[in-house]
Order: sequence, then C-alpha cells, then structure tokens
Amino acid sequence: MKRERAAKAPVRADHGTAREWAAGRFLEEFPLYRVVDEEGRLVGGAQLELPGSELLGLYRWMLLGRSLDERMITLQRQGRIGFYIGAIGEEATVFGTVAALEPQDWIFPSYREHGAAFMRGLPLVTFMANLFGNAGDLVKGRQMPCHESWAPGHFVSISSPVATQVTQAVGAAWAARIQGDDMVPIAFFGDGSTSAHDFHTGLNFAAVMKLPVVFACRNNGWAISTPSASQTVSETMAQKAIGYGMRGERVDGNDLIAVWAATRRARQRAAAGQGPTLLELVTYRMEGHSTSDDPRAYRPAEVVEPWKRKDPIKRVQKLLEARGLLDEAGDAVLREEVRLEIQAALREAEAFPPKPPVESLFEDVYAEPGWAQREQLAELRRAMDADPRVANPRHVEG
Amino acid sequence: MPVMNVIQAVNDALRLELRRDQRVVVLGEDVGAFGGVFRATAGLQQEFGAARVVDTPLAEGGIIGAAAGMALYGLRPVAEIQFADFIFPAFDQIVNEVAKFRYRSGGQYPCPLTIRAPYGGGIKGGHYHSQSPEALFLHTPGLKVVVPSGPYDAKGLLLSAIRDPDPVLFFEPKRVYRAAKGEVPEGEYLIPLGQAAVTRPGTQVTLIAWGAMWHEADQAAREAEAEGIDCELLDLRSLQPLDIETITASVRKTGRAVVVHEAPRTCGFGAELAALIQERCFLSLEAPVARVTGFDTPFPYTLESEYLPRAPRILQAIRATVTY
Ligand SMILES: Cc1ncc(C[n+]2csc(CCOP(=O)(O)OP(=O)(O)O)c2C)c(N)n1
Ligand SMILES: [Mg+2]
Repeated sequence: MKRERAAKAPVRADHGTAREWAAGRFLEEFPLYRVVDEEGRLVGGAQLELPGSELLGLYRWMLLGRSLDERMITLQRQGRIGFYIGAIGEEATVFGTVAALEPQDWIFPSYREHGAAFMRGLPLVTFMANLFGNAGDLVKGRQMPCHESWAPGHFVSISSPVATQVTQAVGAAWAARIQGDDMVPIAFFGDGSTSAHDFHTGLNFAAVMKLPVVFACRNNGWAISTPSASQTVSETMAQKAIGYGMRGERVDGNDLIAVWAATRRARQRAAAGQGPTLLELVTYRMEGHSTSDDPRAYRPAEVVEPWKRKDPIKRVQKLLEARGLLDEAGDAVLREEVRLEIQAALREAEAFPPKPPVESLFEDVYAEPGWAQREQLAELRRAMDADPRVANPRHVEG
Repeated sequence: MPVMNVIQAVNDALRLELRRDQRVVVLGEDVGAFGGVFRATAGLQQEFGAARVVDTPLAEGGIIGAAAGMALYGLRPVAEIQFADFIFPAFDQIVNEVAKFRYRSGGQYPCPLTIRAPYGGGIKGGHYHSQSPEALFLHTPGLKVVVPSGPYDAKGLLLSAIRDPDPVLFFEPKRVYRAAKGEVPEGEYLIPLGQAAVTRPGTQVTLIAWGAMWHEADQAAREAEAEGIDCELLDLRSLQPLDIETITASVRKTGRAVVVHEAPRTCGFGAELAALIQERCFLSLEAPVARVTGFDTPFPYTLESEYLPRAPRILQAIRATVTY
C-alpha cells in the first residue's frame, strides 16, 4: 500500500521545507481524482454513473447558485443588503457533495454552501429574507446575511468562527451511531480552516472513534489574503488524513462528477462502519473573499486567469452537450428560468417588513426569557416610545 | 499637526515601535503584505520585512501561544486578532497562560505581549463581528485592558501598551475606526495606562464611558446641555489599571453617575464600576448609579440600533438620574 511507503520514508539529515522534503511524494500518493476533463470529456476509462436527468438537475442547481451569487453581489453594491458571501467557481464542491448524500444526512456548513440548503428545500425567498434580515427571516434578523439555518433539511446553523462545525459534525455522527441511525454528516470548511484546532481535534476524534462522517475541505487556494501555500506546507490537504489514521482523497473540486463520486464513496465507507474520510476538493475562489473584500490589494488578476478555463459549470455544460442532453436553446431556457426564479423570490423577500418585531430580540436567548430579558424588553419599549431615535440607525460623526 | 483616523494612528504607533525596538514583532492573520482586513498594518511588512511582520496560519490559539513564547524569550510581540469575536480559540492561552506566567513563576517569567483586536458593534456585523468582550478579560487578574476612543489616545496608549511589562489587551473601536479623526502629533508620545481623561468637566452628573461608546456619551452630554443639564464626561481609556481616583473625585462632586457600555449588562464592567462607586462614594450619592448597556442577548444584526446604548438612551438615563 502507498501508505506504507510513506511510513518507511528514510530519515534525512538535511533541512528544508516540508514541501522540499516531500518532493512530490504526496502529490503522487494523493493524485487528483477527476472524472470529466475541462473539455467535458470523460477521462481515460471513467464511467458516468450519474443518470442524465440527475446531471441535468445538478447543472440547473449550479446555474442557480452562480446566478444568485452574481445577483446578490450586485444587490450588496446597490446597498440593498449589507453583506454577501458566495461560492462563485466553487459550485461543484457544494452541489456535487450534497447530491451524493442521503436526505437524512446532516450538513454542517461553513458560510459558502447556501446551495446545499436550497437542495434540501430552503426556499429562495427565505434565504433572501435572511440577507435582508427582515421579518421573513427564519433567524429573526439576528445573524449577518448568509448565516441561514434550515432544520427541515438538516442544514445546521452557520457560525462565522471558522471550523467549529468540524467537531460538531463528529458529535452528530457519534450520536447517530449511538442511536443506530443511518446518518452520515458532512462538515464543510476551507483550506484556511485546516489550521484551526477544531479541524485537528475533529479529525482525531472521528478517527479514534471510527465515526461515520465526511470532512469536505474546499481548498479554494485562499483564506482572505493568505494563500494556501502560506497556510500549510503540506503538499496536499488530503495527506493530513494520514496523521490521524483515516482515509484521505484529493478530488478535482471543479469536476462535479468527481466530487459526487468521491463523496458517495466516502459516505458508503462511513455507513459500512469503515470510518471517516477527508476529502480535499481542489477548487478556486474566483472572487473576493466576500463583498467586504477587494482581492486586487493582494492578488494579481493573472493568477485567476488559468482557473477561468476550469469553470465547473462550463465543464458540465460541455458534458451534457456531448451526451445530447442539452443544446444551446435548452441552455438558454434554463438560464432564463433561473433568472426569473431569482427575480420573483427577490421581489417577494423584499416585501417583508424591514425589521423583525422588537420582542424577537429577547427571544431564544433561553428556552424561556429570564427576568433580565423581560425587564430589558420593557425598558427598550419605554425608551423607544420616549424617543423614536432609539430605533433609528445613525452613525457617529468623528 | 497631521490629522489621522484611528487606523492610521494605530499604524503610526506600530511603525514607530518597529523602528525603535528590534524586539517588536507584529503577527496575525492577513497582517502581512495585505496589511490587515482593516489595513491597520498596511505598509509594515514592506518596511520591516516578513520576519517581523508575519502572516500566520488561521489559528488564534497558535497566534497567542506563539506570541507568549516570543514574549517569554524576550521579544515584544504585538498580535492582531482579526475581530475580538475570534479571540476565543485563544482564551485558554490568554486566561490560563499569558495572565498567569509572572505570578505562577514567582516573577521569573513575565509575559509582556500586546493583543490588538477591533471590537464592538454598529457596523452591521451580527453576532460575530460586533462583540465587546472586555469584561471577560477584566475578570482575569494579570491582564491589562485598554480601549481608546479616538486617534490621539489610540497612538499614545498603544505605544505604552507595547512597552508595558505586562500583557495588554488593546481593544480598538472599529465602529469609529475611520470616522473618528483628530490631530495626532508626529513621533512618539506616551499616554500612561491607568489615567482616565475628563473630556468634559461638569457638575450635575458623571458619565463614564470608553471606546466607541464615549462618542455616544459625548453626544448625549451635548444634548443634555441643551436641556440645561451639566454633565461631566470621563473617558476611562484604560479599564485595568483603572483610574479610581478620577472616578471617585468626579462622583463625589456630582453625586450622580451613569455608566455606558455596549457589552451585555450582566457582569459587564458597568457592574464593577457601580459597585466601586457605591463602596467609595455612598454618602455623596443622590441617585442610584445608572447603567446604559447592551442587553442580555447575543449581539443582533437588524435590531442593532435598538441594541446599542446610543445617545438617546443615555440621555434618558441622564434625565432620570438628575431628577431622581
Ligand atoms: C476563528 C476565526 N478567525 C478568523 C476569522 C476571520 N475569517 C473569516 S473567513 C477567514 C478565512 C477562511 O478561509 P478558508 O477556511 O480557506 O475558507 P474560505 O473563505 O476560503 O472558503 C478568516 C480568517 C474567522 N471567521 N474565524
Ligand atoms: Mg479558502
């Protein structure tokens, strides 16, 4: 086994970075798994296991994800929402993974996997109400935009602090095993998040307990301004699995089919009691980190160029066309459908009252508000009655 | 004199210390070539090199643990935590390690490091880009906690913090990072830690605030003046060490106190101030010490205007205290 070869690596007396020491060894041990190449052709001998209708459905989801991200970024620029963070260029990592799971599998997202929630039934309108933080928001206007929760689809509440969801997914897997449920949770996180302690603790716990869980690292090359090469000197993220004694796999994260097949394998292994898998989904953050970020300050435009040719959506489009499942006219219809769907949802979402009711501020701190919350609500109401400015945003002049 | 905002003042202080003292090292997420998500470290890596202005991996426990090791070994690290809300992975290092090194080693191992973190709400940041965690650290003996309200103080206090023999948490009011502008002297000047500023002398009621809320209290004091109420406003600047003399002298004079902070009320620093004031000024008090604070909920997104203790609510507390 390749694993053994790594274990028997000779001790070397010279110094150098781990990358130099590894000299490509891990790139070889963890080859990039790919099913469809950039021209939409199946790579040598690969089979397309995903039925054509499902593939077309996933293509539509990807179009929706991309189109939504673009539209919401514009909305933020227009000042209609305060913030947005999406997954432009990373769509295959979101839709490919979730398509390979069972409906009962819990999703522990980071903050880019909104598409996963849509696939699990989160209405677009409800998502957009979260962006507005208005009265239609299930989270009651409490979190920043893009921090939705969707319990009906087992899509867990999003946190901004990175990687905290990794250990939580481990716990959910553990609970499912205790309860005897066929449930394999997936935890999404970025390359930067592999430096956080929850990543290391989570992988170790999962391996020690041999838990049924899938770790999906979206390696998009960047953590805000920090390139993944400064985040770790490991040649791959997948090889980090070795240290914890679990299976790791490096996958072309812009290849929907590869992501789907690798996730399905990981799920099957987990469900069969063979323990956790770390999937490194190699992709690229095509835009700024979020609407708060301008990548021109740290990333020359040229470095993004080569990734434009690897666009995950174009790749599926070419594959569909090659198989006669889609033509130009059909594609245009899909794109127009998606555009109208977004437009209609936006109109509906914007129509909610702009603020949730003031009492909602004090709900859900505890199952029942304590005296402090009750008194403070009364205090706030009195203050608002006495001076309407209490409820009006105003910025401090210097 | 140059006019600067708070970010520029912080940047200026860091640059001066990096120039003056070879032991100073700046480390944190995205602080290097990019210059930090708020640009507080802009240009520093270009001037001082990647060995002294360092981009770290994404791990706050790593940043503070490593900074502690540097401090033990004789350097003067200045660590940036990107948002105060993300300081908690380092809580163990700060509370159990950094705060206790001097004490637990009988004075053999001081740990003089500075932790800078933008804090506070009013920027539409929701739960995780808005919190004011100062009280959590004030409850830990061994840590100093400094919160400037504007650029002049930010520079003078940061220079003192970096040179201080003890670990200092330096919370920067991000809500006024760019909005608060003022004259800042060129070159170095030190504002000693533990000295409050009486930014408005007055006779009828003492307002006590710090950081971004000082601006709200100042606004409330101006509105109160228009109603004929004469407020004395203290900007604490440093919460530990605390300038107890200035506080007690003021409250003994006015007989009334209103404390403002944006952190939740329960166990906020306002509770400590109220206790100190009643212990020391009991016979001078004409009214209970009032607290105008954030509420006992997580920091909200949409209702943040309602949540923050801004001038209108402070003004109401001033009126109630004066007419008690
Ligand atoms: C504990 C913590 N520290 C810092 C931050 C600020 N922050 C937000 S996103 C981010 C980079 C995350 O990069 P990565 O894990 O690669 O995810 P990506 O955004 O690339 O998907 C940082 C540093 C945070 N959210 N949480
Ligand atoms: Mg990343």
